[in-house]
Amino acid sequence: MKKKYFLNANIIDPFNSIEEVGGLIVNENGKIEAVGKKVNTNNIPSREKYIDLKGNYIIPGIVDMRVFIGEPGYEYKENFRTLSAAALSGGVTSVVSMPNTDPVIDNVSIVDFLKRRGRDKSKINIYPTASLTKNLEGTNMTEFGLLQKKGIIGFTDGIKSVQNSRLMSRIMKSAYDLNSLVIQQAEDEELAKDGLVNDGIISTKLGLQGISELAEKIIIERDLTLLEDFNCRYHISQISSKKSIDTIKKRKEFVNFTCGVSINNLSLNENDIGDFKTFLKLSPPLRTEEDRLSLVKAINADLIDVIVSDHKPEDEEQKRLTFAQAATGASGIETLLSLSLELFHNGSVKLNKIIKALTCNPAKILKIEKGNLSIGNDADFCIVDVYKPWIVKKEKLLSKSKNTSIDDRKLQGKVMNTFVKGEELFKN
Amino acid sequence: MAISKKAIKISQKHLLGIQDLSISDVNYILTEAKQFISLNKSKNKKLNILRGKTQINLFFEPSTRTQISFELAGKRLGADVMTMNIKNSAIKKGETLIDTAMTLNAMHPDIIVIRHQDSGACNLLSQKVNCAVLNAGDGRREHPTQALLDALTIIDRKEKIEGLKIAICGDILHSRVARSNIYLLNMLGAEVNIIAPSNLMPNDIEKLGVNIFSNMKKGLKDCDIVMMLRLQNERMTSSFLSSNREYYEYYGLTPDKLEHAKTEALIMHPGPMNRGIEIDTNLADDINRSLIKEQVELGVAVRMACLKIFCD
Repeated sequence: MKKKYFLNANIIDPFNSIEEVGGLIVNENGKIEAVGKKVNTNNIPSREKYIDLKGNYIIPGIVDMRVFIGEPGYEYKENFRTLSAAALSGGVTSVVSMPNTDPVIDNVSIVDFLKRRGRDKSKINIYPTASLTKNLEGTNMTEFGLLQKKGIIGFTDGIKSVQNSRLMSRIMKSAYDLNSLVIQQAEDEELAKDGLVNDGIISTKLGLQGISELAEKIIIERDLTLLEDFNCRYHISQISSKKSIDTIKKRKEFVNFTCGVSINNLSLNENDIGDFKTFLKLSPPLRTEEDRLSLVKAINADLIDVIVSDHKPEDEEQKRLTFAQAATGASGIETLLSLSLELFHNGSVKLNKIIKALTCNPAKILKIEKGNLSIGNDADFCIVDVYKPWIVKKEKLLSKSKNTSIDDRKLQGKVMNTFVKGEELFKN
Repeated sequence: MAISKKAIKISQKHLLGIQDLSISDVNYILTEAKQFISLNKSKNKKLNILRGKTQINLFFEPSTRTQISFELAGKRLGADVMTMNIKNSAIKKGETLIDTAMTLNAMHPDIIVIRHQDSGACNLLSQKVNCAVLNAGDGRREHPTQALLDALTIIDRKEKIEGLKIAICGDILHSRVARSNIYLLNMLGAEVNIIAPSNLMPNDIEKLGVNIFSNMKKGLKDCDIVMMLRLQNERMTSSFLSSNREYYEYYGLTPDKLEHAKTEALIMHPGPMNRGIEIDTNLADDINRSLIKEQVELGVAVRMACLKIFCD
């Protein structure tokens, strides 16, 4: 690989507290050799060609902590190849994959398959999770230790939440012993039963069963109570309501945990469901504008650590049904950054904060050397034209499934190039 | 009225819910319906307004009165009416609603009447077919022709709805009839009281502009009309109520509770009734108080009006 030189870029690397105009040098091995304002034409041998970025941004490759890949079992929705192409076009270079496949990622033998497929077919870094409980049944925990040794990054039941409190306490104790990361999708199943949208005026008007925000809060309260006694690495996958934020705010003072939010909940509210738009049937559901604003506020207050795409590809057939019958989830990995930038453009969140929630914060939680531009690390990064306007068109998405929640949305900010280990794998 | 007939037009292509209608749409439908009331009482009930038109009734949920009412309405207007029996259709074999819609659409119907257990099913159907779609009830969302026939029944007795105080009582949570009636009665100027145990009261419903009560006697106070709803046991997946007898004790319409309403207050029920659960059986049959039979009768007239208007 030839050395690469980039100059005149706005560099944002929250991990190293870099926010300045400067350059980036990638060495022959695809590692970062130098970064920042010190990098200018004087550092570059005269015979070498450099790329003038003319003020475009360089940010670390995005680490997306919640991604559903269809392999194995649902290849018709998404496979490693299509996921990788979609991710790269959105500046995502590392993803944490959910275990909700068929079969479920819950034992050592299937991890080998997953790692092999991921390595052969995808160009991005895949960090697989395994399920917390065998076959997602919520009754017996999986082999955290052995699975970790095989390369499992964390444990979650993905779309399900562990209901049994005794089991949850045991999971935490084991996770403490083995230093495992527990990721909880917080929802009380009974309270949320048959629920389709947020419980409130919209569910009443549309005649759809509501999901109370209490369903989320109860599990968060329970888990944080347990966590006080059985301190393990614990991450709440996605929070969606003001009530949950209030709880988190109180507990953060004396318990260590982290939490994430889906970009959908940060950018949309229940009114967007309109006339039964099934592409906006999501979990957790879109809530009120007041809830959305409190989530934005929580990002600013560092109460929420991570923004995820909650990329959940579903083929059109599963969405061309009545709201009750339609599948849950939206494809979102390619629009994660652009949609997040909306929060910057409308003045809600500082750019640095957004990038932090997309890069070094998830990397820190996962304990991986990603999401930064530290010298010597893999050169995973992207070049972003933060001000470029474009319109989301579902037909143009690279993901195998086109179920975007923001079709026809006008966005500002587009990934121009994405690099993994110094190699340019996407060019707009 | 000075307005010529041609000038009146309905604002919607489909009748999916009262929410979509304007007050002039509603008045148009009710005025048309009034003309059919006497026809339905006469010996020769057949007209040829819809001759050559095809009406398909698509009932995914069991129904007696609404289905028959729509069938009769179509036939009296001279349409070719066919009712799809879902039990024997391809839907039972796993066909989706959209595929069924496409199939039916290829046969060029002029109007499809649909009842479905899922809220929004009629909206989905209407996006996929070329003809008009009439909603005969979708999940818990809307049942527009029921609300229209209720309004017509009230107007038939009370001349107008404006200024009346109307209580809707019972299983509001699962009731599309309640939702459509709330929209329509509010639009026509009534004051609406909603009475239900908290477990059967939808969240935030007061935002629709109604007064809410969990105490029936308070809710009935000074009401001109008491609309009772059926307890929809088939939609109740978990424990909403302790027992039917306790429900009857607190929310069943009995003579002593009715005393809190106006002395001349009238009783309505969309049917089918659970006698002795939501309503005292003698009250239901009291010809001086109960409008239940009129509701069924005027239902045909309202559906004739809707078919005529939306078939155009």
